[in-house]
Amino acid sequence: MIKSELIAKLAIENPHLTQKDIERVVGVILDRMTAALVTGGRVELRGFGAFSVRARPARAGRNPRTGESVDVRAKAVPFFKSGKELRARLNLDGDSA
Amino acid sequence: MKGETLTRADLAEGVHTEVGLTRQDCAGLVERTLELVCEALEQGEIVKLSGFGVFQVRAKRARMGRNPKTGEPAAIDPRRVISFRASQVMKAKVDRAQAQAGRH
Repeated sequence: MIKSELIAKLAIENPHLTQKDIERVVGVILDRMTAALVTGGRVELRGFGAFSVRARPARAGRNPRTGESVDVRAKAVPFFKSGKELRARLNLDGDSA
Repeated sequence: MKGETLTRADLAEGVHTEVGLTRQDCAGLVERTLELVCEALEQGEIVKLSGFGVFQVRAKRARMGRNPKTGEPAAIDPRRVISFRASQVMKAKVDRAQAQAGRH
Protein backbone atom coordinates (compact mmCIF):
# COMPACT_ATOMS: atom_id res chain seq x y z
CA MET A 1 0.00 0.00 0.00
CA ILE A 2 1.37 3.40 -0.90
CA LYS A 3 0.30 6.82 0.34
CA SER A 4 -2.16 7.48 -2.48
CA GLU A 5 -3.87 4.12 -1.85
CA LEU A 6 -4.18 4.93 1.84
CA ILE A 7 -5.71 8.29 0.93
CA ALA A 8 -8.15 6.61 -1.48
CA LYS A 9 -9.33 4.20 1.24
CA LEU A 10 -9.84 7.01 3.74
CA ALA A 11 -11.75 8.96 1.07
CA ILE A 12 -14.15 6.07 0.49
CA GLU A 13 -14.79 5.80 4.24
CA ASN A 14 -15.40 9.54 4.51
CA PRO A 15 -17.68 10.58 1.64
CA HIS A 16 -18.46 13.86 3.45
CA LEU A 17 -14.83 14.98 3.10
CA THR A 18 -12.96 16.04 -0.03
CA GLN A 19 -9.99 14.06 -1.34
CA LYS A 20 -7.93 17.24 -1.02
CA ASP A 21 -8.70 17.49 2.70
CA ILE A 22 -7.78 13.85 3.27
CA GLU A 23 -4.50 14.33 1.43
CA ARG A 24 -3.74 17.21 3.78
CA VAL A 25 -4.75 15.13 6.81
CA VAL A 26 -2.34 12.32 5.93
CA GLY A 27 0.36 14.90 5.18
CA VAL A 28 -0.08 16.59 8.56
CA ILE A 29 -0.03 13.25 10.41
CA LEU A 30 3.27 12.22 8.81
CA ASP A 31 4.78 15.71 9.10
CA ARG A 32 3.96 15.97 12.80
CA MET A 33 5.47 12.57 13.48
CA THR A 34 8.64 13.53 11.60
CA ALA A 35 8.79 16.88 13.43
CA ALA A 36 8.57 15.17 16.83
CA LEU A 37 11.56 12.98 15.93
CA VAL A 38 13.52 15.93 14.53
CA THR A 39 13.28 17.66 17.93
CA GLY A 40 14.55 14.51 19.60
CA GLY A 41 11.13 13.49 20.86
CA ARG A 42 9.13 10.27 20.63
CA VAL A 43 5.91 9.25 18.93
CA GLU A 44 3.86 6.80 20.98
CA LEU A 45 0.85 5.22 19.33
CA ARG A 46 -0.66 2.52 21.55
CA GLY A 47 -1.48 -0.66 19.68
CA PHE A 48 0.56 0.47 16.68
CA GLY A 49 4.05 1.17 17.94
CA ALA A 50 6.52 3.82 19.00
CA PHE A 51 9.04 5.87 17.04
CA SER A 52 12.15 7.21 18.72
CA VAL A 53 15.61 8.48 17.80
CA ARG A 54 18.60 6.31 18.55
CA ALA A 55 22.23 7.36 18.65
CA ARG A 56 24.67 5.31 16.60
CA PRO A 57 28.29 5.71 17.72
CA ALA A 58 31.06 6.60 15.27
CA ARG A 59 32.73 3.54 13.79
CA ALA A 60 35.35 2.50 11.30
CA GLY A 61 33.58 1.38 8.15
CA ARG A 62 34.92 0.02 4.91
CA ASN A 63 34.50 1.08 1.36
CA PRO A 64 32.96 -2.13 0.03
CA ARG A 65 34.53 -1.64 -3.39
CA THR A 66 38.12 -0.90 -2.41
CA GLY A 67 38.20 -2.40 1.08
CA GLU A 68 39.67 0.88 2.32
CA SER A 69 38.90 1.87 5.90
CA VAL A 70 36.77 4.99 6.29
CA ASP A 71 35.63 6.81 9.41
CA VAL A 72 31.86 6.82 9.80
CA ARG A 73 30.78 9.59 12.15
CA ALA A 74 28.22 9.19 14.92
CA LYS A 75 24.64 9.40 13.70
CA ALA A 76 21.13 9.80 15.00
CA VAL A 77 18.67 7.43 13.34
CA PRO A 78 14.87 7.07 13.52
CA PHE A 79 13.80 3.79 15.14
CA PHE A 80 10.43 2.02 15.23
CA LYS A 81 9.30 -0.59 17.73
CA SER A 82 6.01 -2.24 16.88
CA GLY A 83 3.30 -2.26 19.55
CA LYS A 84 2.19 -5.36 21.43
CA GLU A 85 -1.21 -5.44 19.80
CA LEU A 86 0.15 -5.20 16.26
CA ARG A 87 2.77 -7.87 16.97
CA ALA A 88 0.02 -10.12 18.29
CA ARG A 89 -2.11 -9.52 15.19
CA LEU A 90 0.77 -10.61 12.97
CA ASN A 91 1.19 -13.84 14.91
CA LEU A 92 -2.34 -14.99 15.62
CA ASP A 93 -1.54 -18.67 15.10
CA GLY A 94 1.29 -18.84 17.60
CA ASP A 95 1.70 -17.75 21.21
CA SER A 96 5.05 -16.14 20.61
CA ALA A 97 3.76 -12.62 20.10
CA MET B 1 17.24 13.21 25.07
CA LYS B 2 14.91 16.21 25.11
CA GLY B 3 11.67 16.48 23.17
CA GLU B 4 8.07 15.67 23.89
CA THR B 5 6.13 12.49 23.32
CA LEU B 6 3.59 12.79 20.53
CA THR B 7 0.37 10.81 20.94
CA ARG B 8 -2.81 10.13 18.95
CA ALA B 9 -4.46 13.08 20.70
CA ASP B 10 -1.63 15.40 19.61
CA LEU B 11 -1.92 14.17 16.02
CA ALA B 12 -5.70 14.70 16.00
CA GLU B 13 -5.26 18.20 17.45
CA GLY B 14 -2.57 19.01 14.88
CA VAL B 15 -4.81 17.88 12.03
CA HIS B 16 -7.69 19.90 13.48
CA THR B 17 -5.60 23.11 13.62
CA GLU B 18 -3.95 22.68 10.24
CA VAL B 19 -6.79 21.27 8.14
CA GLY B 20 -9.73 22.70 10.04
CA LEU B 21 -12.00 19.64 10.08
CA THR B 22 -14.02 18.83 13.21
CA ARG B 23 -12.16 17.30 16.16
CA GLN B 24 -14.29 14.19 15.79
CA ASP B 25 -13.37 13.76 12.11
CA CYS B 26 -9.70 14.36 12.90
CA ALA B 27 -9.58 11.81 15.71
CA GLY B 28 -11.35 9.29 13.47
CA LEU B 29 -9.00 9.90 10.55
CA VAL B 30 -5.89 9.45 12.72
CA GLU B 31 -7.32 6.21 14.07
CA ARG B 32 -8.32 4.88 10.64
CA THR B 33 -4.95 5.81 9.15
CA LEU B 34 -3.13 3.72 11.74
CA GLU B 35 -5.65 0.89 11.43
CA LEU B 36 -5.39 0.77 7.62
CA VAL B 37 -1.60 0.54 7.91
CA CYS B 38 -1.99 -2.31 10.44
CA GLU B 39 -4.44 -4.13 8.17
CA ALA B 40 -2.16 -3.87 5.16
CA LEU B 41 0.75 -5.23 7.21
CA GLU B 42 -1.43 -8.08 8.51
CA GLN B 43 -2.06 -9.00 4.88
CA GLY B 44 1.70 -9.10 4.41
CA GLU B 45 1.68 -5.97 2.25
CA ILE B 46 4.54 -3.49 2.18
CA VAL B 47 3.42 -0.02 3.28
CA LYS B 48 5.32 2.73 1.52
CA LEU B 49 4.74 6.30 2.70
CA SER B 50 6.93 8.48 0.53
CA GLY B 51 8.97 11.03 2.44
CA PHE B 52 8.32 9.12 5.65
CA GLY B 53 9.42 5.52 5.34
CA VAL B 54 8.59 1.92 4.54
CA PHE B 55 6.98 -0.68 6.82
CA GLN B 56 7.55 -4.29 5.92
CA VAL B 57 6.64 -7.63 7.49
CA ARG B 58 9.50 -10.07 7.79
CA ALA B 59 9.28 -13.74 8.67
CA LYS B 60 11.70 -14.95 11.31
CA ARG B 61 12.63 -18.62 11.46
CA ALA B 62 12.44 -20.66 14.63
CA ARG B 63 15.71 -20.62 16.55
CA MET B 64 17.16 -21.51 19.88
CA GLY B 65 17.55 -18.57 22.21
CA ARG B 66 18.12 -18.15 25.90
CA ASN B 67 16.10 -16.87 28.76
CA PRO B 68 18.20 -13.78 29.54
CA LYS B 69 17.31 -14.00 33.23
CA THR B 70 18.14 -17.63 33.86
CA GLY B 71 20.48 -18.33 30.97
CA GLU B 72 18.47 -21.44 30.13
CA PRO B 73 18.07 -22.38 26.48
CA ALA B 74 14.56 -21.69 25.15
CA ALA B 75 13.01 -22.36 21.76
CA ILE B 76 11.88 -19.26 19.88
CA ASP B 77 8.97 -19.99 17.56
CA PRO B 78 8.89 -18.72 13.99
CA ARG B 79 7.21 -15.34 13.95
CA ARG B 80 6.45 -12.31 11.84
CA VAL B 81 8.04 -9.00 12.78
CA ILE B 82 7.79 -5.49 11.38
CA SER B 83 10.77 -3.64 10.05
CA PHE B 84 10.58 0.09 9.49
CA ARG B 85 13.06 1.89 7.28
CA ALA B 86 12.91 5.65 7.53
CA SER B 87 13.11 7.49 4.20
CA GLN B 88 16.35 9.23 3.25
CA VAL B 89 14.53 12.53 3.75
CA MET B 90 13.54 11.70 7.31
CA LYS B 91 16.94 10.23 8.17
CA ALA B 92 18.69 13.36 6.93
CA LYS B 93 16.35 15.69 8.84
CA VAL B 94 16.68 13.77 12.11
CA ASP B 95 20.45 13.43 11.86
CA ARG B 96 21.01 17.05 10.90
CA ALA B 97 18.84 18.35 13.75
CA GLN B 98 20.56 16.15 16.31
CA ALA B 99 24.00 17.12 15.02
CA GLN B 100 23.13 20.82 15.27
CA ALA B 101 21.87 20.29 18.80
CA GLY B 102 25.28 18.81 19.54
CA ARG B 103 23.73 15.57 20.67
CA HIS B 104 26.27 13.36 19.01
